[in-house]
Amino acid sequence: MKPDPSLLEQLDRTWRDPPGLWGFLTTVDHKRIAARYIVTALLLMFLAGMLALDMRWQLSVPENTRMTPQLFNESFSLHGSTMLFLVSVPLMEAMAFWLVPLMLGARNMAFPRLGAFSFWLYFGGVLTLWVAHAIDITPDLGWFEYPPLSGPAYSPGHRADIWAQMITFTEVAALAASVNVAATILKMRPPGMTLARMPVFLWAMLIASIMTMFSMPAVMLVTSMLIADRLVSTQFFSVAAGGDAVLFQHLFWFFGHPEVYIIFVPATGFVSSIVETFSRRVLYGHSVLVLAILSIGALAFGLWVHHMFAVGLPRLGNDFYTAASMAIAVPAGLQIFCWLATIGTGRTWFPTPMLWILGFVATFVIGGLSGVMTASAALDLQLTDTYFIVAHLHYVLIGGAIFPLFGAFCYWYPKATGRLMSERWGKVAFVLIVGGFNLGFFPMHLLGLEGMPRRVYTYPAHMGWDMLNQIATAGSAIAVTGGLVFAANALCSYWRGKPSGADPWGGSTLEWATASPPPAYNIPFTPRVDSLTPMWNGGAPLPALDGIAIDTREVLVSSVTDAQPLYRQKSAGPSIWPLVAALAVSAMFIASIFTPWAIPIGALPIGAALTGWFWPNRPRAKIGALEAAP
Amino acid sequence: MTGTREFAIVGTLSDLPSSASGPRHLVWWGNIGFMVIEGTGFVLAAAAYLYLMTQASAWPPKGDPLPGLLWSGIFTAGLLLSEIPNLWVLRCARAKNLAGVRWGTAAMAVIALALFVPRGFEFAHLGLPWHQDAYGSVVWLLLVLHTVHVVTDWGDTVVLGAWLFTHEVGDDQFADVEDNSNYWTFVVLCWLPVYLLIYWAPRAL
Repeated sequence: MKPDPSLLEQLDRTWRDPPGLWGFLTTVDHKRIAARYIVTALLLMFLAGMLALDMRWQLSVPENTRMTPQLFNESFSLHGSTMLFLVSVPLMEAMAFWLVPLMLGARNMAFPRLGAFSFWLYFGGVLTLWVAHAIDITPDLGWFEYPPLSGPAYSPGHRADIWAQMITFTEVAALAASVNVAATILKMRPPGMTLARMPVFLWAMLIASIMTMFSMPAVMLVTSMLIADRLVSTQFFSVAAGGDAVLFQHLFWFFGHPEVYIIFVPATGFVSSIVETFSRRVLYGHSVLVLAILSIGALAFGLWVHHMFAVGLPRLGNDFYTAASMAIAVPAGLQIFCWLATIGTGRTWFPTPMLWILGFVATFVIGGLSGVMTASAALDLQLTDTYFIVAHLHYVLIGGAIFPLFGAFCYWYPKATGRLMSERWGKVAFVLIVGGFNLGFFPMHLLGLEGMPRRVYTYPAHMGWDMLNQIATAGSAIAVTGGLVFAANALCSYWRGKPSGADPWGGSTLEWATASPPPAYNIPFTPRVDSLTPMWNGGAPLPALDGIAIDTREVLVSSVTDAQPLYRQKSAGPSIWPLVAALAVSAMFIASIFTPWAIPIGALPIGAALTGWFWPNRPRAKIGALEAAP
Repeated sequence: MTGTREFAIVGTLSDLPSSASGPRHLVWWGNIGFMVIEGTGFVLAAAAYLYLMTQASAWPPKGDPLPGLLWSGIFTAGLLLSEIPNLWVLRCARAKNLAGVRWGTAAMAVIALALFVPRGFEFAHLGLPWHQDAYGSVVWLLLVLHTVHVVTDWGDTVVLGAWLFTHEVGDDQFADVEDNSNYWTFVVLCWLPVYLLIYWAPRAL
């Protein structure tokens, strides 16, 4: 049956935002929040890409004077910090925010206002770093700012504080988002979607969220310790007073290595969704894929020391981390084989999203292999801090996460906008980006083997590095051109693309059941799931349940393992308080760069904002000591 | 392939209850999520303490006094005893006993406030400022981290308690009281290993 128009109108009245600016500021619609996360992060990716291009310009000829050493330091610090903290992780969270409720057939996230708070706080982190850059307080010590260089003795001023506090912003935002995503996936699945019937995408997002919860406290703790060393003269990293600079590295990389997988694991979810749909068959080895992601999630916490082989740790420790680092290639390899088997045995077709998957497999495998090489402590001692590492990290992060993300963007773009992107320009962008990327970064392996160190602003003419650097610069320029084609295609298609309808690809999961773009309430009924691919039921109507309120915001809460319906939960409506709370938290974070008193004093407006946030909208008490006056 | 899919209504969810308690409730899981995050923070801070301890030739470093046992003992005993009324409030919440959760939550707010007194003296009897050396810094770190948790839960308890008196109390509010009680238990449990580290690890060596 088609839903009754009056039912849809009622649902729309219940779930739509207030109009205009007030609606913009108060929305708790997961799709709007995710969209602004995605747009902000893509703009920042463009800015970081421009910085990269500028650095490549500087390195294209020896002894170039385009940049001073200081400007080069600022450029790579801003590039790395932006890409890691403000682009990669937030983009993956935003994709979860956008897709998880749709894929569950749910009306919103578990904690709608927490989602809004998460975005506003993330935006505070963006402004912290980039407004500081605009007024020339740009961090200049790389994306991991090791003491003693970042300590009070060697880094006066506030550049290091800006970096450390930007991290606090983004990590609080990421932690809030992770709790939200995990609770939504665990407790808001539709009837029938047991854990065994959960799509790989949802598994990937769940595991990445749990990894975030266990890893990000480490970087918040360590950057807080750094700020304390700088602001109130604690001695955590001061060797003269019994502190230890290596402690910073341990805590940073206890976060930093899982971070790589927090970026990669969601990408495996994108790949699984895209491969399944375009291969026209259920994923080969669904359980193997899920178990592989689980084991990557666990192993990721046992590898961090491979970032510190050059520090001079005990031999046995290095051996252990070498073995653990190589072991993670096993589940990663199993995933690749499962996807290839699905593609090879399905009725596969190759529109743009699938091309990105092919680009991902080829590039990520190269990055994985250079990863196995650098996992060896002996070889790493030769390669560390050379361009080989720059090549490796870009192959795994761009190839392993950003290519699947571009594929995901093309795949779900029709769902988000109701229009198809141009296939022709999509292919042009794909060829330019993947070709330019490989041309740009593959020579860096050779430069690294020839001994060119990373983070040098120039090099002498007689080193013989000129040609490879020029090729790398040309490749980067081609890739950036491809990025502009990709963005232009997305923008033009938004207004001029062919209407896509609800399900242009014949997708396997529930987000394709609803209109494109999805209405504010997402889906009119609660679907009942009978298989891993609920949309592939031969075109029959989807079994569904009614009974979730339509005149008030309500969602279904179900049991964790079996998705048995448990109760109907009220869902929070639009509110200004998440923004007010984020402003109060931002004020405290920024002020605490300058004075420790900001913390106790700043806690008061935060407490007030949270009280406003949770202010009860139920009636006053009628019995007891403080009952309402009659 | 491109039209919105049709639905076949095969049942209704309208007979489901409109609230739940314990792990059945959505917010219970959010609470667990934040405990995981904060618990990880404690574990890592404790790891930092142990790391610095293993790097030092003496612990506390030569010349540093041992942290005082009197006020920390009073705080620890008070915190452990506070679990008795806290668990009673939890039982009241599960039994949906209105008067019990109102007065019990109010009592917990007073008890948490009272605990700030020995906690304040505890800071004073650490025996050294945070900036003296890394030992001082990490001891202060652990104590500040735990105090922030006590303050946070106290604030939460005060606001929740006030609303229990001023507004109607339904199933969701009983679930809130349950979550608040669980969080206090978390604050108590986190303290025990932190207490052992701060006060007994230097004495054990």
